[in-house]
Amino acid sequence: MRQFANIFWLAGKELKSVLGDPVMVILILWSFIIAVILEASGAGDTVYNAAIAILDEDRSMLTRQISHALGPPWFQPPVMIAPDQVAPEMDAGRIMFVLAFPPGFEADVIAGLIPSAQLEVDATAVSQAQLGTDYISNILTSETRAFLSGNPEAPDPALRLELRRAFNPNGNPVWFKSVSSLLNQLSLLTIALTGAAMLREREQGTIEHLMVMPLTPLEIALSKVLANVVVVLAAFTLSLMLVVQGLLQVPVTGSLTLLLTGTTVYLAAAAAIGMFLGTMARSMAQFALLVIMVIIPIIMLSGGMGAIESQPDIVQRLTMVLPSRHFLAFAKAVVFRGASLSAVWFELSLMAGLGLAFFIASLLLFRRSMSLSG
Amino acid sequence: MKPVAKASASVARITAVSHRFGKVTALDDLTLSTPAGRMVGLIGPDGVGKSTLMGLVSGAKRLQTGRIETLGGDMSSARHRAETGRRIAFMPQGLGKNLYHDLSIRENLEFFGKLFGQGRAERAARIERLTRATGLAPFLDRPAGKLSGGMKQKLGLCAALIHDPDFLLLDEPTTGVDPLSRRQFWDLIDTIRSDRPEMSVLVSTAYMEEAERFEHLIAMNDGCVLAEASPADLRMQTGTDTVGAAYVSLLEGEIASPIASPQAALAAPAPTNAKEGPPAIKAEGLTKRFGDFTAVDAVSFEISRGEIFGFLGSNGCGKTTTMKMLTGLTPATTGEAWIFGQPVDAQNLDARRRVGFMSQSFSLYGELTVRENLLLHARLFHLGRDLTARRMADLVPRFGLEPYLDQGAASLPLGVRQRLSLAVAVIHAPDILILDEPTSGVDPQARDAFWDMLTDLARRERVTIFISTHFMDEGLRCDRISLMHAGKVLVTDAPQAIIKARGMTTLEDAFIAHMLDAMPQAAPVGDTELAVTDTQETPAAPPRFSLRRLLAFTTREAMQVRRDPVRLVFSFIGSAILLLIMSFGISQEVREIPFATFDQDQSPESRAYLSGFEESGWFLERPPIGDAVELERRMANGELALALQIPPDFGVSVRRGEVAEVAALIDGTDTNRAGTVESYVAGAHAHVLAQDAQSALALSGLIAARGADQLPLASLEPRFHYNPAMESLPAIGPSIPPLLLLLFPAILMAVSVAREKEIGTITNFYVTPTGRAEFLIGKQLVYIAITLLNFVILTVLVVTVLDVPLRGSPAALVLGALLYAVAATGYGLLVSMMARTQVTAVFAAAILSVMPTLQFSGMITPVSSLEGPARIVGTLWPTTWYMGLSVGAFTKGLGLSELSGHLMRLAAFGPVLTALAVLALRKQER
Repeated sequence: MRQFANIFWLAGKELKSVLGDPVMVILILWSFIIAVILEASGAGDTVYNAAIAILDEDRSMLTRQISHALGPPWFQPPVMIAPDQVAPEMDAGRIMFVLAFPPGFEADVIAGLIPSAQLEVDATAVSQAQLGTDYISNILTSETRAFLSGNPEAPDPALRLELRRAFNPNGNPVWFKSVSSLLNQLSLLTIALTGAAMLREREQGTIEHLMVMPLTPLEIALSKVLANVVVVLAAFTLSLMLVVQGLLQVPVTGSLTLLLTGTTVYLAAAAAIGMFLGTMARSMAQFALLVIMVIIPIIMLSGGMGAIESQPDIVQRLTMVLPSRHFLAFAKAVVFRGASLSAVWFELSLMAGLGLAFFIASLLLFRRSMSLSG
Repeated sequence: MKPVAKASASVARITAVSHRFGKVTALDDLTLSTPAGRMVGLIGPDGVGKSTLMGLVSGAKRLQTGRIETLGGDMSSARHRAETGRRIAFMPQGLGKNLYHDLSIRENLEFFGKLFGQGRAERAARIERLTRATGLAPFLDRPAGKLSGGMKQKLGLCAALIHDPDFLLLDEPTTGVDPLSRRQFWDLIDTIRSDRPEMSVLVSTAYMEEAERFEHLIAMNDGCVLAEASPADLRMQTGTDTVGAAYVSLLEGEIASPIASPQAALAAPAPTNAKEGPPAIKAEGLTKRFGDFTAVDAVSFEISRGEIFGFLGSNGCGKTTTMKMLTGLTPATTGEAWIFGQPVDAQNLDARRRVGFMSQSFSLYGELTVRENLLLHARLFHLGRDLTARRMADLVPRFGLEPYLDQGAASLPLGVRQRLSLAVAVIHAPDILILDEPTSGVDPQARDAFWDMLTDLARRERVTIFISTHFMDEGLRCDRISLMHAGKVLVTDAPQAIIKARGMTTLEDAFIAHMLDAMPQAAPVGDTELAVTDTQETPAAPPRFSLRRLLAFTTREAMQVRRDPVRLVFSFIGSAILLLIMSFGISQEVREIPFATFDQDQSPESRAYLSGFEESGWFLERPPIGDAVELERRMANGELALALQIPPDFGVSVRRGEVAEVAALIDGTDTNRAGTVESYVAGAHAHVLAQDAQSALALSGLIAARGADQLPLASLEPRFHYNPAMESLPAIGPSIPPLLLLLFPAILMAVSVAREKEIGTITNFYVTPTGRAEFLIGKQLVYIAITLLNFVILTVLVVTVLDVPLRGSPAALVLGALLYAVAATGYGLLVSMMARTQVTAVFAAAILSVMPTLQFSGMITPVSSLEGPARIVGTLWPTTWYMGLSVGAFTKGLGLSELSGHLMRLAAFGPVLTALAVLALRKQER
């Protein structure tokens, strides 16, 4: 009881100090509003919007028809290109695909000679290259067939494959991006805020003042976790409702309560990581380097920028210790698949377990860092 | 020498100057003129505007309203400031505030010499002369951080005198310094002045006894001048016999004390009966060592209940560490301490309830109000509602806090803040009060009132008080004191007894006598070797830009970085680890897509189709799905990325030659993955249909019948450039260093500038003739070099460990890295301009750069595919262009001419960002 009261009163003090700093408040708002909008609306699907150019040496009906079919949303409107422009444009990375029709392409098609169109692909972005090639190949085939049959509708093949996407029928990339972007902001802010709160108290000497009062390190640490979780959770909820659901029109299928519960668990885990880094670092510069070292893997290896399955086994095992990986799995399930607690309890308990581990580690470090600072 | 000092009668003329910090008025319509060629003292406690005035006169602070003429020119003119910069020397308040603690004495002085354009021989001569005169010569290679307070101040003085200033400003140079060093310091100043009588000195002090030595005094209070006269005149005007008393009497004419003095308590005698139980505090042989440095050396004492026991000594003599050991904050290396007979135990929360502690560094929670501060502590001690109300009702009037109850603690005057700190420390009515320098910086009158309260607590409530101070007059008010120096207790007794035992008249003299006994080899200082200075030629007009000054900052920064290798090693090893993890971890190939079949037909045809599908090798098959509910469940829990559903009439349709349909349900949550899976499914489907030979058994009818449709009419020949094998590593490997080479240098750079602002060494930039570009670019060069070193490490790793050959032009890559390093550090500089503290710098640098670097610079999604504002951000972000260059040089094998476009764009970022930072940097403090 006493402990709870202590944590509560201390957390109140923390809250006031975070919200009392206008720069912090501005940065928090920036992260959860502007940054989320920028990131969600900016980055497209893998081939979405790829830059393509046409080198048309045939200038026929068919080649025009094919060029016409290559357009949004998969590609940017194609530009015509001269042969001597191909290499420089691709070298500069301005064009990803160049589709080249040889002279007499249409005539050869009509004559049944099966002519070849060449596709120059910038393969430095591997998956975009692969996907784009597949799309272009499909479009080439179907348009040629439509051209030959004189029917704008391609005839039905005998065995039709119907592709359907569950949970995001239109494949709108904003949905997923907005969730992974929220995760990035949550992680960066919570880790940096909690760690900095720890460091600042130590640098200003107020931690010593707390340590001579009848308070345990556990209470001091928990109050910081609590206060920062409350701040970030409030910002998250606001951003979820106003930006993600409101402005970006992303539907949340699952239970909002479950989502917020899971977010709280994740925030506690992230705050524990922040505490851990804050107690480990000897100076602000060291803390900053640690934050960068942790945040890059969190953003890039949690599944937001590439599927977990495609990581090599050893990296997959490493990323198991990132609570963010489990949070993204959890958030995807709840937001898009409408998963219930029974489907996500495993992710929840993993996050809680990892958070607890980091918290205990930082508590152990805490005492040690106190005696070193003296 | 310059004739100016003699020509004009005043060295600084201040007219109608006001200065505010937010709501607080530091100077209020001040008009003043300080005589030239004299030693002028500013007296008054902290917070009356002394430091602000000194900052304004020296040009370190920006003038808000009014006019200041220093050395005959207007200080609001940047040109005049640049000209006088070399004639003024300013030593800011705080022990060694403008010194670089990780540099040695020689390195510090070398740096200051270079700032004033002195050549190597001249610097060496001056450093030798100054250090010999100040007695620092034997310690030339000792880092400034490891000097005692007195030595730090002597070093500060050497740094100030290195360029023979005409006007020397010293802001509280002796605060916190031991009495012997203080005396030596003033003797030194006297020597210097007798050598160069034309030099004007403006000095401030909190010790009133020192003010007796000055020729002319300016007494300040609350941003205004109380009086201005020589010490003798001041004493005469007020009819007092010391400057301190004169100051108090001047103050009393101004304001009435807000505190009710507990007069009666003062008369009560000190307790002599310590017979009740164990002593309140007992220490035996307490020792604390940090490495090879002994902070506290075998200290023993015993304090009985209700006694006021004082620790007297300079900053850094071990007072604070002893107190920390008593409170359990830091464990003793050897020795033991008891509180009320119980050994000190950090884990014992009940013992902490009996102790109130007011630490030196604790300045309350500034963001809370007075009431909130008191309530927070009452709650943390669980006083309960009634007791809290009673304690508040008792303490608030007693400490004179009523007028401030709802004011933020940060905006309180220092004296009030100290009273609040004391109120907070006693809110739970502790039996022991441990106070670490509670009165430093408080004005004499407020200190008097504070001591009345302490005496009252001790006499009336029998609170044991253990207090540390560096004021001798406070020592006199203790029942017993220990004189401390360099970790050792010199003597412990009642103050009068100590004085009598040494046969002295003042405590200070007795202290010095004890110190001289303890270290008889005390360095002789103040001989006349300083006199040679006027043979130096008068320097020419200051150049606008000096490469030597710029390089002085570079050399210094480089030395500092070398002294803290942890940071450097950290960023090198950190980026190497990240490179490896990221390169292997981010794979763009989607493999082993978990999929399951939902075969509602179970015909030979359906099985043939599915087996052909499984052969494709992209998919990882899971147990088949039994029914629609299971399908939904397994998709919903994320187990499957793909479910292939074959309808019940599939086989029949195929056999009849009708159009058959297969449905592929793809988990669309991750749109990137879904897109890839979609294309694989289409590919596998085509593969099944193409395999007519193998699957002829079941599908022959189908394929034969519709074969004509499936024949290609035209083919597509893709040529995969740059990375024909479509491997991930050649694509990802070269794109990781661009991320790391921006984030790490930007943050290190931003923190480095913010740190100078926070700890105060930026004053050296404000008050010397250093230009803005010299300061920033000088520092930047070091971080550019670090970035290039990191670039070499990462490039070697990419080529050797990741095995990605550098096929293109190495020259282009190196040139690009150089330009990129300028851009990254320039960005760091710009961020640091927004931040006043290191915390904000780290925050702003991280939050503002992580997203564009990781998301918008073409690492995963090419910038040409971005949309809207993200694309603009991506285009205006240097990483985009260096990423293109790095991938171009490694994977595309491009040469210098093909990459020239990227290089040119990249070249623009660094100078623009750096120039913006230079423009945003203020040459004066606000």
